[in-house]
Amino acid sequence: MTASTAPAIETSGLVKTFGKTRAVDGIDLTVPEAAVYGILGPNGAGKTTFVRMLATLLRPDAGTATVFGRDIVADASVVRTQVSLTGQYASIDEDLTGTENLVLLGRLLGHDKTAAKRRAGELLDAFGLGDAADRQVKNYSGGMRRRIDIAASIISTPRLLFLDEPTTGLDPRSRNQVWDIVRIIVEQGTTVLLTTQYLDEADHLASRLAVIDHGTVIAEGTPGELKSSVGAGSVHVRLRHGEQRAQAERVLAAELGTEVHFDADPVALTARIAGGESGRGAAEHASRALARLAQDGITVDDFSLGQPSLDEVFLALTDRKETRA
Amino acid sequence: MTSTSSAEHAETDGYTPVADDLGAVLATGAPPAPPSAWSASVTFAWRAMLKIKHVPEQLFDVTAFPVIMTLMFTYLFGGALAGSPEEYLQYLLPGVLVMSVAMITMYTGVGLNADIQKGVFDRFRTLPIWRPSALVGAVIGDVCRYSLASVVIIVLGLVLGYRPGGGVVGVLAGVGLLLVFSFAFSWIWTLLGLLLRSERSVMGVSAMVLFPLSFLSNVFVDPRTMPSWLQGFVDVNPIAHLVAAVRGALSGQWDGSATLWMFVSAGIILAIFGPLTMRRYNRK
Repeated sequence: MTASTAPAIETSGLVKTFGKTRAVDGIDLTVPEAAVYGILGPNGAGKTTFVRMLATLLRPDAGTATVFGRDIVADASVVRTQVSLTGQYASIDEDLTGTENLVLLGRLLGHDKTAAKRRAGELLDAFGLGDAADRQVKNYSGGMRRRIDIAASIISTPRLLFLDEPTTGLDPRSRNQVWDIVRIIVEQGTTVLLTTQYLDEADHLASRLAVIDHGTVIAEGTPGELKSSVGAGSVHVRLRHGEQRAQAERVLAAELGTEVHFDADPVALTARIAGGESGRGAAEHASRALARLAQDGITVDDFSLGQPSLDEVFLALTDRKETRA
Repeated sequence: MTSTSSAEHAETDGYTPVADDLGAVLATGAPPAPPSAWSASVTFAWRAMLKIKHVPEQLFDVTAFPVIMTLMFTYLFGGALAGSPEEYLQYLLPGVLVMSVAMITMYTGVGLNADIQKGVFDRFRTLPIWRPSALVGAVIGDVCRYSLASVVIIVLGLVLGYRPGGGVVGVLAGVGLLLVFSFAFSWIWTLLGLLLRSERSVMGVSAMVLFPLSFLSNVFVDPRTMPSWLQGFVDVNPIAHLVAAVRGALSGQWDGSATLWMFVSAGIILAIFGPLTMRRYNRK
């Protein structure tokens, strides 16, 4: 296989253990080139460890991985010429100014002094950091830090960019800015491997994604495939009379054919809606179920329709794994 | 500049990524060839200088500490050991110069321990550069700090009445020997800085090693006044060889064998602790 036809990333049985914890426990994954591939999982699922191995920062304990056909251990120095990493914690020197950081990294990538300075100026302007160029990064806001971190990753445009939880802790506006930047970078032909805890982030950016839990891939596919396997969402109902909750549960279970959970609130319950291909289906199911509650004399004070959350994705995926086993 | 917080909000809120602008800065063609090992190391040394520029307080240990050491030992021991502080200074100054700089080298480990915890080291380690350059550069930056400490001590010594027989050439040669040795010696602390978990433990272990090495030597007194078993230790103590070499250079009476031993021990220290540090660094 030649480097040009190899996928961006290919891993086989990748394992990393820390003491007794198997942080990554046998991951097989193929990431195609020139797209955003999402790694979705909760804290401690092994996402960061997986990315750090691929970025040549950690050595796998077992299994193999290639980046554009080059082995991440044997050909680590070649892999390093193709990748850039924006870590979960700013991969930027906080004591230095924005310009100094980018000039430093530009020099380390082989630019001479003049070229490194010019490049730093271009990037700071393009990322809206021109006015903050001479301030120490520790005085930047969260959104600005993320932007300079990403700017530092594209001083030389990498073929593969790792973004480890790029929007964790950002306000919605800064998060949208990061999303826009990622889309533009991918349009230019760079492959992005994005880890995230947020289903909607994966949904907005990734063309394919893998769900990771306890160091293994529990599902893989397009966001649409995953969501339909999980269900269209859930309906959340608040009753006027708490004593009707058991009756409401039976009605909803019969109507929707899914499990119903009691919420902590003694008058509330939540039912999943079985997977439909379109959102209209979910709303139809929900309104029919609500009509049935009214027919049976159960008074509903309030209701809402929710997208499947990451919790529900996990619940559904782990449930299915257990029933299969 | 306007107040920091309002400026930040204005920038955060006002920024919208523009595809054309970002696209233009992305399309840069082939990346340049990676830098040479030396050029990467010098760039990291420049980073160390930038840090001093932003946090000048960190020069305290290479300015105030050497002054205190020199004054303290000159006047504490001068009368008892040599009849007068001025006379003792002629013997002590090269020793206290070595001792101060040797003690300052331990901040290399402390600084690295704090620095390496930061996310920026992840980025350095994914760059296609000669791997040791980040550490070599940091140590080169520290050697600049050691030079400053040497200048402080020698100027203070001259003010107090120290007269180096070797003249300007002798002083430059003596400081040069000291810096060469300190560069090698610093790698002991880089390893400790990577092995130990907190800055405080690096400090503790370093002090435990440095105190016997610098006191059980020829820094303060002629080893011929010591019991024979202690002389045995001084004979193999690399700090003692360094002191003899530097003392010889400063006074103009070269001690060839001590200078040779100094280079040999510097080489051995570097050959052992350099690779061990890199092994540890690659595994982090």
